[in-house]
Amino acid sequence: MTETREPDRDVIPVVGAGPDSATISPATPAAAVVADLPDGIDLVHEHGLELKSRSQWAYARRRFFRHRLAMVSLLVLSIILLAGAFANFIAPYSFAAQDFAHSGQAPTLKAHHFFGTDVLGRDYFSRVIYGIRTSEKVALIVTLVSTIIGTLVGAVAGYYSGWVDNLLMRFTDLILTLPGLAVLLTAAAFLGTGNPIRVAFILAFLFWTGLARIVRGSFLSLREKEYVEAAKAAGSGDLRIMFRHMLPNAVGPIVVNATLIVGIAILTEAALSFLGFGIQPPNPSLGKLINDGQDVSSSMWWLVTFPGLTIVLIVLCINFIGDGLRDALDPTQRRTRA
Amino acid sequence: MVTYIVRRLLYSIPVLFTASVLIFVSVTAVGDPLAALRQNPLFSTQTIHNIQERKHLNDPLPTQYAYWIKDALTNKFGSPLLQPGTKIWDDLKRVIPHTLQLVTLSEIFALIVGISIGVYSAVRQYSIFDYAATTFSFLGFAMPVFWLALMLQILFTNIFLKWHVRIFYTSGLNSQDPGGGIHFWIDRLQHLAIPAMTLTLLSIAQYGRFMRASMLEVINSDYVRTARAKGLPERTVTLKHALRNALIPLVTVTALNFGGLIGGAVITESIFQLDGMGPYFLNNLLSQDAYVVMAWLMVTATAVVFFNLVADVLYGYIDPRIRYD
Repeated sequence: MTETREPDRDVIPVVGAGPDSATISPATPAAAVVADLPDGIDLVHEHGLELKSRSQWAYARRRFFRHRLAMVSLLVLSIILLAGAFANFIAPYSFAAQDFAHSGQAPTLKAHHFFGTDVLGRDYFSRVIYGIRTSEKVALIVTLVSTIIGTLVGAVAGYYSGWVDNLLMRFTDLILTLPGLAVLLTAAAFLGTGNPIRVAFILAFLFWTGLARIVRGSFLSLREKEYVEAAKAAGSGDLRIMFRHMLPNAVGPIVVNATLIVGIAILTEAALSFLGFGIQPPNPSLGKLINDGQDVSSSMWWLVTFPGLTIVLIVLCINFIGDGLRDALDPTQRRTRA
Repeated sequence: MVTYIVRRLLYSIPVLFTASVLIFVSVTAVGDPLAALRQNPLFSTQTIHNIQERKHLNDPLPTQYAYWIKDALTNKFGSPLLQPGTKIWDDLKRVIPHTLQLVTLSEIFALIVGISIGVYSAVRQYSIFDYAATTFSFLGFAMPVFWLALMLQILFTNIFLKWHVRIFYTSGLNSQDPGGGIHFWIDRLQHLAIPAMTLTLLSIAQYGRFMRASMLEVINSDYVRTARAKGLPERTVTLKHALRNALIPLVTVTALNFGGLIGGAVITESIFQLDGMGPYFLNNLLSQDAYVVMAWLMVTATAVVFFNLVADVLYGYIDPRIRYD
């Protein structure tokens, strides 16, 4: 029973066993397993011998919380994101307010111009915080929409395989052939931009391809598993098998990918806005802020530096969190620390 | 091998065809390609009418598409919407070499530095150097290209303003009067150095990570242990036996990256005002010249498809275990 102390492999979680399917009970009596668990792990067991799928998440959560870099990043990111979400309470000035007494001011503690002001006396600390809010909005929509599209396309391609798979994957390859940024710029130029939500949707329709390939890969292998056969024998429909039984087993890579998309979305939105094809004034955007500072960049360096550093910090945190999630959700991977 | 290449070339025809349809539909069919012109007081109704006639814009979409393809194949993309006198291909012929120079320069740097960093991190796994390299690459992945470009520009402009030392130029392709022969190329290099550095720093992160992973895999394999058991010096084992095989996967990545950068250096080129593919594309996007934009997208898509093919062929050439049948 000493084995059970190894958090990574003591209990095989029963995943994909919905209430209607044949459930697989662990070979060891559940009571014995639970009794031997290390402290701090709360294994909920119900229905007699059956272990609930929650345990898989309990282990993932534990591994994630032990990843120090990811935890620090999560903390920093939460602070930044909360500041953006509550911009109206936190920013000392409004987005467009002008402080004529301190125009072109270098970063100073005086009058709370932490990031300095531009030629028009607008406070860059406040502008950056409002920019974060826009980035959050864009990143949220992009991640949701592209994850849904990518999962759907990948799941259908992998589950049905054959010509459906061929068709969908050739289409995915085609989108990957097109130069991403150029396509985005073209779409933005000809469809019109300005509004964060529209920019987000344009990004989302290009970002699902990577995820579609990943989901397809795991569905191709999952469809050969016994529990899928069992569900089929029990008479479950295709949709139920795909989303109720197979999807929970493919959720790890999907979550990791979604995290990374948040970062890429923020970077790309900033680039689009910087080039003038993304979010337009009066909507605040970090990329646009850097663009505004570009013309006077050699004399007023702070206008370019601080919005950029904010982007770097946000994306860096997201990537570290993604790394931590990857380690946490994939027990088979060797635990090489970044 | 020859049959494989021929087959791949044939296979790329439908890919490019579908890409052309996709490009045509997304650029012309979604909106009115002349919408911007109609609002411009400089263009009379007559001019717009002439443009419609010339590009057959009043015909149904499939006919328009057919005319476009015919123009692209027989007339090298024909002329832009707005300047009927000029040729799209002449402009492309001018800007493509500039982009190629920039991308080649940065890729050479990135490969040399990236491979060195990757190999050293793998050999000294979990050393301070390894952690530093990892941190650096995470930073590289998190940095917006345009920001890095601007910061380097600010840095070098200020160096010049403060100490009047002109190491590198921060915008343009050449000075007013660069001189001829070798002087021209030295001047060009001074101009390309910082933009190339921008692209390089980002590629180094990618290549370094990739090389480290690939090297770690090879270093733990049996034949490397055999080489050590034979008594070969560690240097020979690493650089001759392990490195050669670890480089194989990098060939594919590099070729794909190269293809992607031809259309992907847009931001860097426009910040440093290099007369390359990027600014040409952005200028025509701003004036909404749909026909130049489509030609540009076709050229870059072709570049990606071509370098995909190069990657696969090179891969088979280097690694004899790959068979093409």
